[in-house]
Amino acid sequence: MLDLFQYSFIVRGFEAGIIIAIIAPLIGMFLVLRRYSLIADTLAHVSLAGVAIGLLFKINPLITAIGAAVFSSVLIERLRMSKRIYGESALSIFLSGSLALAIVLISLSDGFGVDLFSYLFGSIVTVTQNDVYIIAGLGIVVIGTIIAFYKELVYTTFDEEAAQVSGIPTRFINLLLIILAAFTVSLSIPIVGVLLISALIVIPVVTALQFKLGFRQTILLAEVFSIVSVLGGIVTAFYLNVSTGGTIVLFTVTLFALAYIFQRTK
Amino acid sequence: MQQVNHNHTIITLENVCFSYTKEEVIKDVTLEIHKGDYVGIVGPNGGGKTTLLKLMLGLIKPNDGKVSLFGTDINAFKDWPTIGYVPQKTTVETNFPVSVEEVVAMGRYGKRGLFHFPTKGDRAKTHEALKQVDMLEFKDRQISDLSGGQQQRVFIARALVTEPEIIFLDEPTVGVDIKTQKQFYQLLRKLNKELNLTLVLVSHELDVVAHEATELVYINRTLEYYGDPNEFLKGAYFHELIEKGGLHH
Repeated sequence: MLDLFQYSFIVRGFEAGIIIAIIAPLIGMFLVLRRYSLIADTLAHVSLAGVAIGLLFKINPLITAIGAAVFSSVLIERLRMSKRIYGESALSIFLSGSLALAIVLISLSDGFGVDLFSYLFGSIVTVTQNDVYIIAGLGIVVIGTIIAFYKELVYTTFDEEAAQVSGIPTRFINLLLIILAAFTVSLSIPIVGVLLISALIVIPVVTALQFKLGFRQTILLAEVFSIVSVLGGIVTAFYLNVSTGGTIVLFTVTLFALAYIFQRTK
Repeated sequence: MQQVNHNHTIITLENVCFSYTKEEVIKDVTLEIHKGDYVGIVGPNGGGKTTLLKLMLGLIKPNDGKVSLFGTDINAFKDWPTIGYVPQKTTVETNFPVSVEEVVAMGRYGKRGLFHFPTKGDRAKTHEALKQVDMLEFKDRQISDLSGGQQQRVFIARALVTEPEIIFLDEPTVGVDIKTQKQFYQLLRKLNKELNLTLVLVSHELDVVAHEATELVYINRTLEYYGDPNEFLKGAYFHELIEKGGLHH
């Protein structure tokens, strides 16, 4: 086990992975309960377009991914608020539109080779020390914001109209939630990759919901599942020499299956 | 005893019009609701009952006309804790991981600012509100475990927890059996008479509401009647409605 930590990329992977494991279910809880899980997938694809822009212009792709995701999240929320098109349709437009943009940008520059694969499925080998600083800094901002607006987020998620009547600025809270989701999704790219992010955001929460506990206990349990999956995934992937992102997600799915069976046979 | 003070106006609607699309759902409605009133809003499906309620709460903005709460234009109104709201149950996600106590405590969130977590005082108020609706013993249960009628009582407790002057209820008895419904109206009567709470209740059950409320609003896009429910039941308009089969029970 100790030989694991001789590799600095593994240490960086653990550092970034733990932060991601903490923030993903925090955001996931609100997205899942609002039936808004698809937003994570959409923002992930938008982030890929951001990554492509970064690779094309030789900027840190993590930074361009964050920029693209946050910018689009505001547009998506505005489109949803206007009620001119269905919320789901707004997501579809952004999902396929940004994937199209990403693939065009990639083909423009003759492909980025192995890099692209690691952004699609995550690869801790590519996590730089700078990435760890960015993930830690913004991760703390996300956690702090959720703590600050916890009451408002809970009430708006449970009963938006009553929350509005009680004086909570629900439009602002909705916008805040989607921006936080954008940060979380784009920060998770180096660890689990574009195609697997929504699994880390959604599955630990759905697993915890099986136990029918109170709001805080559900979040805490989701945190446990998420951290176990990320740490277990990184270690297992290292020894079996397989994809980290894929292994992490298989851990979350296994925990879900166990929880589901446990609850049904109780 | 009930004190309806007609000098103390809580809500004023002046020539209010509203449309979702081109067709007007609410047309030129003017009315005043006073302290201590128990107002029943009835009317046919699609007649604009819920829309009228949402206009009074500022959830939607009128295309024309003016809404005031406690004499303040609704756009400038800030004192939201004086208002309690029990939404239509279908709009609430009841399969949510929260306990009864947590649901009621939410009612006080609007009073607390950022970073301010609920205090002991909030907790005491929460318990008091649950007691008023006879649901204190259920405080640790999950909201999804309760029956429809019990959930409705919890939502009333949530509306009561800020000690409001007025409570709005949107179709509170939908999907609730007759016995529970009777207890529910008893509770509303108690709140109106003992706490002198002003109540505004939207319902499709004209016959029940006409016997419970002190004021009746009959809305069918325009305000067709506003006044004493007994007069309404005696009046020619009501009989005309029955003949036309225009009542939706």
